[in-house]
Amino acid sequence: MRSLSLTSERAGHAWLVLLVLSLSAFPWYKDASLIAGPGASALFEALSGRGWFWPLIVTTALLGAASLTRSWQASNLALGLGLAAGVFYVWQGFAIGLRGPSAAWVGDLFARAQDGQTGLGWGGFLAGIALIGLLSDFVAARGFCRGERFPAFCITAIVALLTVFVFFPILKLGLAAFVDTDGNLALATFWARLSAPDLWGVGCFFGDGRCGVVVNTVVLGVLSATFATALGLALALLVNRTDFRLKRALRAVSILPIITPPFVVGVAIILLFGRTGLVTGFVADLMGVRPSRWIYGLPGILIAQVLAFAPVTFLVLLSTLEAINPTLEEAARTLGARSMKTFRTVTWPLLRPGLAAAFLLAFIESLADFGNPIVLGGGYEVLSVKIFFAVVGARYDLGNAATLAMILLALTLIAFWLQTRWIGRKSYVTVTGKSDAGLAAPLPPALKVAVIAVIIPWVIFTLAVYIIIATGGFVTDIGRWDLTPTFSHLETAFRFEFVENGLQLYGSAWDSMITTLWVAGLAAPLTTLIGILTAWLVSRQDFAGRRAFEFGTMLSFAIPGTVVGVSYVAAFNIPPVDITGTAAILIICFVFRNMPVGMRAGIAALAQIDKSMEEASQTMGAGGATTLRRVVLPLIRPAVFTALVYSFVTAMTAVSAVIFLVSARHNMATAYIMGRVEAGEYALAIAYSAVLMIVMILCVVIIQVIVGTRKLGRRQELQGRPAQQPAE
Amino acid sequence: MTVKHLSAATLAVLGLNVAVPATAQADELVLYCSVQEEWCRAMSEAFQRETGINVLMTRASSGETYAKIAAESEQPRGDVWWGGTGDPHLQAAQEGLTMEYVSPMLDQLQDWAQRQAETSGNRTVGIYAGGLGFGYNSELVTENPPACWADLLDARFADDVQVANPNSSGTSYTMLATMVQLMGEDEAFAYLAKLHNNISQYTQSGSAPIRAAATGETAVGIVFMHDAVAQTVQGAPIVAVAPCEGTGYEVGSMSIIAGGPNPDSAKAFYDWALTPEAQEIGATANSFQIPSNVNAATPEAAPRLEDIKLIDYNFALYGSSEERTRLLSRWDAEIGSLPQ
Repeated sequence: MRSLSLTSERAGHAWLVLLVLSLSAFPWYKDASLIAGPGASALFEALSGRGWFWPLIVTTALLGAASLTRSWQASNLALGLGLAAGVFYVWQGFAIGLRGPSAAWVGDLFARAQDGQTGLGWGGFLAGIALIGLLSDFVAARGFCRGERFPAFCITAIVALLTVFVFFPILKLGLAAFVDTDGNLALATFWARLSAPDLWGVGCFFGDGRCGVVVNTVVLGVLSATFATALGLALALLVNRTDFRLKRALRAVSILPIITPPFVVGVAIILLFGRTGLVTGFVADLMGVRPSRWIYGLPGILIAQVLAFAPVTFLVLLSTLEAINPTLEEAARTLGARSMKTFRTVTWPLLRPGLAAAFLLAFIESLADFGNPIVLGGGYEVLSVKIFFAVVGARYDLGNAATLAMILLALTLIAFWLQTRWIGRKSYVTVTGKSDAGLAAPLPPALKVAVIAVIIPWVIFTLAVYIIIATGGFVTDIGRWDLTPTFSHLETAFRFEFVENGLQLYGSAWDSMITTLWVAGLAAPLTTLIGILTAWLVSRQDFAGRRAFEFGTMLSFAIPGTVVGVSYVAAFNIPPVDITGTAAILIICFVFRNMPVGMRAGIAALAQIDKSMEEASQTMGAGGATTLRRVVLPLIRPAVFTALVYSFVTAMTAVSAVIFLVSARHNMATAYIMGRVEAGEYALAIAYSAVLMIVMILCVVIIQVIVGTRKLGRRQELQGRPAQQPAE
Repeated sequence: MTVKHLSAATLAVLGLNVAVPATAQADELVLYCSVQEEWCRAMSEAFQRETGINVLMTRASSGETYAKIAAESEQPRGDVWWGGTGDPHLQAAQEGLTMEYVSPMLDQLQDWAQRQAETSGNRTVGIYAGGLGFGYNSELVTENPPACWADLLDARFADDVQVANPNSSGTSYTMLATMVQLMGEDEAFAYLAKLHNNISQYTQSGSAPIRAAATGETAVGIVFMHDAVAQTVQGAPIVAVAPCEGTGYEVGSMSIIAGGPNPDSAKAFYDWALTPEAQEIGATANSFQIPSNVNAATPEAAPRLEDIKLIDYNFALYGSSEERTRLLSRWDAEIGSLPQ
């Protein structure tokens, strides 16, 4: 085993062996099983006329020769050969397409190029991994990451994955913004799309005409993020800093919106506040006014978004609050500061990174939100919906969609930049590994009243929405207030029978349900792994290009789901990476879209943990990987939990990217529900959503049990009360 | 030590090994379906029972499906595109996304269905038809019900009419093209500008307006009449109206996707879907379109084309990409940009 250890001195040989095996022992192309034997490998394909493999094979052979010399990993020759192998690897994938060579000279050189080639299979992907490993080994040997192989490999692998699954598709789509419908370069068209008056108009502020879609989007995003952050903060303070009795119930209620499939909240809000809604009818009778359609547009989207994002901000702010070292607050109190002053001068400044992260998260989510505007938007257009209809509308215009996506991307990046400026370069380290005893200060009374005043209306509203969701699926027709109890909707979706040869699933929703569980169950741990790893690399490793690396990882979160979906179809429907129509494309899409959330949570948690503990670990002789596992991970458990829950739940409730990536074989629950809402089968949609939510609650509980919570000092105790069991 | 390090690498491998897709099974059909889910489901089940071919069905609106097929054109994943308004089918035919195929069933079809095949060079064929009209909620509109397009301009319907956005919906594009053919282009846009004062919302889905009318969210919804009838049959207080000035209609179509994975299954489905038995499935799934096979029974509740004053709809012209783009751009500039 020692000789194959991937981070030891002999790692280079191990990667080289893997590269040789991938070229000679495993089938290179897709649709062949792993044990198909060497007959389908790149080496045999090359011998049988597919000559475009020779440069890669020859370079690999030269690398093998070089590896016989001493300290070959650090030599310029090895690095040059490794880079050349990487280039040849990429080149062989793109030079020959599905139906033939991509350039005439390739066709002239290799006769068999006319046959074309399919996507990469086992051998192809293994070779990619081996090349990444080799290159990371070479750069580590030259002093990258202080010569540590584990972080060097992680960085190289994440960069490679981001390049393939984030930048490459977006680059393909970005190019589409600059070409007209015939595929020619057209800067004038781009400028015309960019400067269209229906994007930038501000008429609605002055009472004449309507506002542009960009203005609408920004107004909605700022309002929604502000309200959601305020509400999230109120919830976090109430749970972490008071002895409010219904805390656990409140925590449970606040989880609900996160696990709610997107369309169903919109539907419930319409059933409550629409023109024939329950509340509308009641108020109209009471006040004698004509029922109106005020809910359609900004008010409706705003309500639904605040309801949806407040729990996300709550989770972020709660983990920030939990990580504030109470000795600082105790010191302030001991020095004579009143509780309000302590909160203002000690707690609040320490909350700022959390607040910034929460606002940023809610703002970006609002920009990318698709489910609420499409149900409740009315005449209020936002970018995500406009992009969606530029792609799926009756007038397919990928160029316009790409242009709009660029604007949306720019908005998100500006928000990101502003937030970084606001947090500034102050130190927020409070968990130092030194004295940690202390109790969190209780909330000042005035603030407590304000917090409760904000939360009570929210609780009533949330309950009303969820009563609709809980009952809507089990009555005949909630839309027309036909409240006869029935199980017929549930039966349509989830009918099953026990017959002779076992369980038979007949319901129309089983397929999508099972696929969704598989995809979410595989995507969540992968997302968390990559997200937390990235957070650790960004905040703890010193390497060239760290800022660019951090920026790159955030990009995938900023790209609206709709655009990710189309760009994936455009990029991955053809070789070399030919994975549309598989479950893998769904998982990959979720991993790279949600990974920044895990990363942000990880960075926020790591920002509060002093480096000295890791340095102590390394002084004692532990390597990067051991330190990460034994010291860092236990300290940032709340972030791991946030990342796991968020990525799992998002994978189950996301829709905008998914509708392009689902296939007949792999359908997802949200795509199915969207279809039901579109077809007006509200009851079926609500019934399915209710079942989906119960499943998600079960899964979140399981995650909680597995991950657990962080225990630091006496932090579980509050105001001298005995420690409670962690809430769900 | 080594085991741990290996596991990190193994995870990276595992992350990619799911990327190896399942290989195609024998005797399968990937069906892109653009009518309502209930009908799609009934069709795939019936075909599966009849032939033993395993049907993998995806339902999406015709606009979405067209976009999907265009995006997948390098390596098509679907076999047959069944249902949805004819225009995107014609557009797909014009761009060569769909395959030329002459079914032996073709001579059993109604004239309008065969004309659809001729227009497209046999790349698509009509499977059902339905007239454009509107439906009103009889609980909200109790006296003097609207009977003509002109009635919808009445001030009493202020903020009470819904129609889909023609950019996203084939239904609404059919209305736009119908108005242009019925009134002349400038007059049509003048009418739509006046109608705009009464429109509360341009919905995204074509049949959403009639659902809003059924629950009382709006008084009038402009939709295909069979969608209005489906609401009536399900017990909603909806009355379907064939406008007195005359109206256009859609020819719901079916195409075989060029280069799909299972061409033989695709042809089997295509021929089967044109038989009277297959076409009569619609009525059992709450769909009241008129079937294209002359021998198929028209559902009792379906609005008969004979009872509707139909215009001579020019499918070739209004289904072409250029005309469509031009009309929609004009709609965006003159109607879509008006203050709400």
